[in-house]
Amino acid sequence: METNNIHDLRRQVANLRQSLFDQGYVDEQFIELEELQDDATPNFVEEVVTLFCKDSARLIHIIDQTLENHPVDFAKLDNYMHQFKGSSSSIGAKKVKTKCTQFMEYCRAENVEGCKRTFQQLKEEYTTLRRKLEIYFQYARQVGPTETASCHPK
Amino acid sequence: MNIGSGSLVTVPSSTGSWKSGDVVSDQFPVGLRVLVVDDDPTCLRILEKMLRNCHYEVTKCNRAEIALSFLRENKNGFDIVISDVHMPDMDGFKLLEHIGLEMDLPVIMMSADDSKDVVMKGVTHGAYDYLIKPVRIEALKNIWQHVVRKRKYEWKDNNFDQSGSVEEGDRQQKPSEDVDYSSSANEGNWKNSKKRKEEEEEVEDRDDTSNLKKPRVVWSVELHQQFVQAVHQLGIDKAVPKKILELMNVPGLTRENVASHLQKYRLYLRRLSGVSQHQNGLNNSFMGHPDATFCTISSLNGLDLQALAAAGQIPAQNLATLQAAALGKSATKSAISMPLDQRNFFSFENSKLRFPEGPQQLNNSNKQIDLLHGIPTTMESKQLANLHHPSQSFVGMNMQVNSTSQHNNSVLMRLSQSQPRTQLLNGANNGSQVSRLPLSMQQSLSPVLTQSGIVDNARGSVYNPVSQASSMVDFSVNQSKELQSYNFSLGSNSSGMSSLTNQGMLQEEVNSDIKGSRGFPSNYDIFNELQPKSQNWGLQNDGSTFDASLHPCMQGTQDVSSQLLLQQGISSTHNSGQNRNAPIEKPMYSNGDEIGHSNTMCGSQLNSGGGNMLAVKAERFPDADHQNTNIREQFGRDDLMSAFLRQQASVGPVETEFGFDGYTLDNLPV
Repeated sequence: METNNIHDLRRQVANLRQSLFDQGYVDEQFIELEELQDDATPNFVEEVVTLFCKDSARLIHIIDQTLENHPVDFAKLDNYMHQFKGSSSSIGAKKVKTKCTQFMEYCRAENVEGCKRTFQQLKEEYTTLRRKLEIYFQYARQVGPTETASCHPK
Repeated sequence: MNIGSGSLVTVPSSTGSWKSGDVVSDQFPVGLRVLVVDDDPTCLRILEKMLRNCHYEVTKCNRAEIALSFLRENKNGFDIVISDVHMPDMDGFKLLEHIGLEMDLPVIMMSADDSKDVVMKGVTHGAYDYLIKPVRIEALKNIWQHVVRKRKYEWKDNNFDQSGSVEEGDRQQKPSEDVDYSSSANEGNWKNSKKRKEEEEEVEDRDDTSNLKKPRVVWSVELHQQFVQAVHQLGIDKAVPKKILELMNVPGLTRENVASHLQKYRLYLRRLSGVSQHQNGLNNSFMGHPDATFCTISSLNGLDLQALAAAGQIPAQNLATLQAAALGKSATKSAISMPLDQRNFFSFENSKLRFPEGPQQLNNSNKQIDLLHGIPTTMESKQLANLHHPSQSFVGMNMQVNSTSQHNNSVLMRLSQSQPRTQLLNGANNGSQVSRLPLSMQQSLSPVLTQSGIVDNARGSVYNPVSQASSMVDFSVNQSKELQSYNFSLGSNSSGMSSLTNQGMLQEEVNSDIKGSRGFPSNYDIFNELQPKSQNWGLQNDGSTFDASLHPCMQGTQDVSSQLLLQQGISSTHNSGQNRNAPIEKPMYSNGDEIGHSNTMCGSQLNSGGGNMLAVKAERFPDADHQNTNIREQFGRDDLMSAFLRQQASVGPVETEFGFDGYTLDNLPV
């Protein structure tokens, strides 16, 4: 039997989750991940997001380095960003993916300033997303796995 | 079966019965054996989970070369391959070609890139489907149809040929080609979906009475070599499947087998002709030779090596040693191929180990024959006889070849690297198996050579306990099942290493990010009130979830590498150092670069003669890159082929890929 605390917690988690969608941080792909979660892998979404963050940190670092080189290797940047875009789209990181696309456009135009500016924005979006997801997972873990895959955006 | 267990190792409950014959079994397509290759760990994990949820048997792999070697070692161990297009160590399309040529498995490409030209490239390279990332599980649920379709056409071709109706077999070729360009479940991305459905209906009508049980022709090294020789003899323009089949004289091989293989081979050469220019440039810079054909030095296969040996460029004692080391089947051929071809790392290593085992050669060779999948290996004498034909043309290349000095090093590096992989595979599960499996893996590496298409008759069972090899190689269903269920995180070795080494940097990065985020004005009240409790979320979780998996890999790799190298009296310090620094920071996007590079090594190795066999190659040789050699060699050899073909015959404009089909081939003038 649920206590009031648990009930409130569940509602909190649902709200957190809904806001992720409403504010455009994640898209339908995130639901795909949630639907993959099952008894065998009850923390699958968190596991995947953790993987993503780990790999993203590496990519961000190397992109930072590449942007500092002279001359800037746009082919490499495009390649790295392609990876980043692929992985962010696979977890449904909507805003991050959009920034990746913008970055790649600046890359193709060989616009260093545009790249740097966009990359700064991308890092901010990424950091924000990570923070929100971290909070969400912390709460979700407390209420158990039943709450996550029930709601759909809009 | 640990479906959906999320663990790295899955012990499949089905034992390959799905594949071996009963397509219409109740369980179908449960247990479909999928190999998924993607350098993105996030995508890889998601795909694995999706495929497991589809009740497929999944093996995941983050390096193309590892995937290739895995496929080579586990002949018939997989039903379908799913591969990403953009990978740092090898272009996905190259992998696609390799798999098509060597293993003839259906390959599905996937990418976040949905631009038309890339998708078209997938089509023209023979991908069975092209999925756009992010991949949904619905797209994966239907991949089994590609396996069925492919098998149906293969069986049909063979069946018709045996019944003597050549025309029908030719007609069957066409549908199989069309099928390659059809889509499956990725709605909206292909305009051919309607066309595919129509074709499917046609096929189903035609195949009502046929079952799909037909052993797939395995294009072993010898077989492919015979094929290539036959093509050479005839001339690429005049190479008709019928004539090729006659020249090859392999019982059980059908004209349709040859025709489909020829089709792939032509596609392959076509790709290479575009790459060879680049390779030439690279080789010139490396070796300083003006001859454009030197780009293919490293790819010199058995027939070229024989020519070289005949020309006296290879030291006699060297050749003799190599010959002694080869399997009894075709000693000279394999011996010649060994020092030059990097793919022969195994063979060379085998030869090294074989030295004390001379008298056992014949026995082992007999067993080796048993290992072939129904392809008799009695053709060596014939092959050797045919070798003399092209010998003259390569005399000029002898100097180049002799300059190699580092080949042996790479052989041993390969050995050392194969060990960590096996340890990786087993480390998580059964420590007691580690000692056993490395040897078995080494032994089972022999099929790698066969499938790499190189003239490498020292096919790995040169090891003393060949009987063990035969049991270890995928004849043992359990063994192969075990192997294939392991996640090949060897690639993640290097990535693991680099990521671990980077963790220090990442730590700082994340810390700064976290701090930044705290100062970052939050516009969302919900998240403002709920501050994250842990500072280094990404990294801490990494520490808990990933270190456990990564550390053993790293340690295993390093320990085994050092052990092996020390055992063989080799100093490998600079190699190890290079290994660790290798992969992530220097993605190798140009295969031509690799080939050129490997050519250099080959060129320098032979010069060292017999004495320097055990020196470790002084070259960047990352853990994952030892797999590169297979690919490089494969390409190199075929580059040689194409170069040779250009020399031998005036290669006119090759017919378009779309225009090619078995029917047309038979009508070409001889």
